[in-house]
Amino acid sequence: MIFVIWAIIFVLGIWVISTYNGLTALRLRIQNAWRQIDVQLKRRYDLIPNLVETVKGYMQYEQDTLQKVIDARSQAMAAKGVKESAEAQTALTQSLGKVFALMENYPELKASKNVSDLQEELTTTENQIAFARQYYNDLVTQYNTKQQVFPSNMLAGLFGFKPSEFFEVAEAEKALPRVNLSLTR
Amino acid sequence: MGVFIVFFLFIGAAIDFLHFDAFTRAGPALPVATLFALGFAVVTTLTAYYGGSDMILSSLGAEKLNLQIPEHRELHNIVTEMALASGSPMPRIFVIFDPAPNALATGTNEKNAAVCVTTGLLTLLDREETQGVIAHEISHIRNDDVLLMTLVSILLGGIAILADWGQRGFYGSRSGRRLAGKNILLIIPLLILIALSPLIARLLAMAVSRQREYLADATAAQYTRNPSGLARALEKIRDAAMPFHKATRGTAHLFLINPLRRGVDERDGKIADWLASHPPIERRILLLYRMAGMSQPLVQGSKVQMVQ
Repeated sequence: MIFVIWAIIFVLGIWVISTYNGLTALRLRIQNAWRQIDVQLKRRYDLIPNLVETVKGYMQYEQDTLQKVIDARSQAMAAKGVKESAEAQTALTQSLGKVFALMENYPELKASKNVSDLQEELTTTENQIAFARQYYNDLVTQYNTKQQVFPSNMLAGLFGFKPSEFFEVAEAEKALPRVNLSLTR
Repeated sequence: MGVFIVFFLFIGAAIDFLHFDAFTRAGPALPVATLFALGFAVVTTLTAYYGGSDMILSSLGAEKLNLQIPEHRELHNIVTEMALASGSPMPRIFVIFDPAPNALATGTNEKNAAVCVTTGLLTLLDREETQGVIAHEISHIRNDDVLLMTLVSILLGGIAILADWGQRGFYGSRSGRRLAGKNILLIIPLLILIALSPLIARLLAMAVSRQREYLADATAAQYTRNPSGLARALEKIRDAAMPFHKATRGTAHLFLINPLRRGVDERDGKIADWLASHPPIERRILLLYRMAGMSQPLVQGSKVQMVQ
């Protein structure tokens, strides 16, 4: 009888330790993933002035668009917290997307090796931000799920684990373009 | 995999039973043949395991990236993206100067992991497609497939050794005497099984390898959130099909598509498929398109139409 009780305590102890360690490990990985996003964002901040300088000469009539990119950049750099910076980043991504789209209209711009190098750099930075964000959000999902499902939710409450914030994409970016293919009468 | 280990132990035990009188009162206390074959296979494979990834890379003529070349820089960027998406450290990157489009991953842990692509692949595929391929390779590393396949080849080697003994021992007169005392109904099926065991082992190994390919495709889709990139890459590679001559049977399972297959005549349900290290490419493409929520590509061939 005593043996059975000890066995139960032992198994419970192992469960508590492994759940606690699992949650802590996830929390650390989330922090690390967040830093990874930060690194990519900094790289984007550094690349943007380069891009603007390079294309300014060619894109005489798009000064407004370029100015918007610069503004969005400084706003994003000033943003604090997960939610606010996510919003600012979305605005920056959109204004950059506009510049890329406009660049298609300038063949001499696309022909320049400098610009194509810069474009590849920016493309990969955009992708790296997106993938780092995706990984971050995957981890947050795991972490938050573990805190809410039985039985690990009991321990999460006991040890004071808090759900993490998602790096959310603003509604504007999420909305799919709607194409109406129905024939007009 | 579990089946594999059980099968290995069973063959070992059968040989011990038949030739060394194990599991009877007169025999030795331990299943000698099983342990010896296992030990031998472990030693030979461990040497391959530790120096393995570098050995494979140099045997394939893989070279380091030259970041001055725009294509190589792009590859480096794509690998960085996928490393981020999978949350793993940056693997080493190599290129092989060969026109056959293919890619492979080696390395048994995250430190010696390496991704390697041929120059043929870089010229054939666009950015999105290369990304799918790299995601597939990184999935192999993340899913510990290289480690798993190393284990499989340990067992494969062990069974080959055991079967060899089993057959040789049978013709000797000494073991003929040993066999005499045993139940004939037990001996004959065991002997047949031992004779067939290398084939069965290879079938099992290839089944494991094929499953891991499907898994890596699925994991790649999870990382890129874009299964059609890899699907289109596979289509282009299928159409460009050429064998990759530097690959061997031992390294075939590391590649993106089976490097030993010559033609494009891969169809479902052929007996040859059971011995293939990779699933039929058509089926992989189909599954990837399904993941993307698309039905089969409308036109079989180079141009794929996106149908939503």
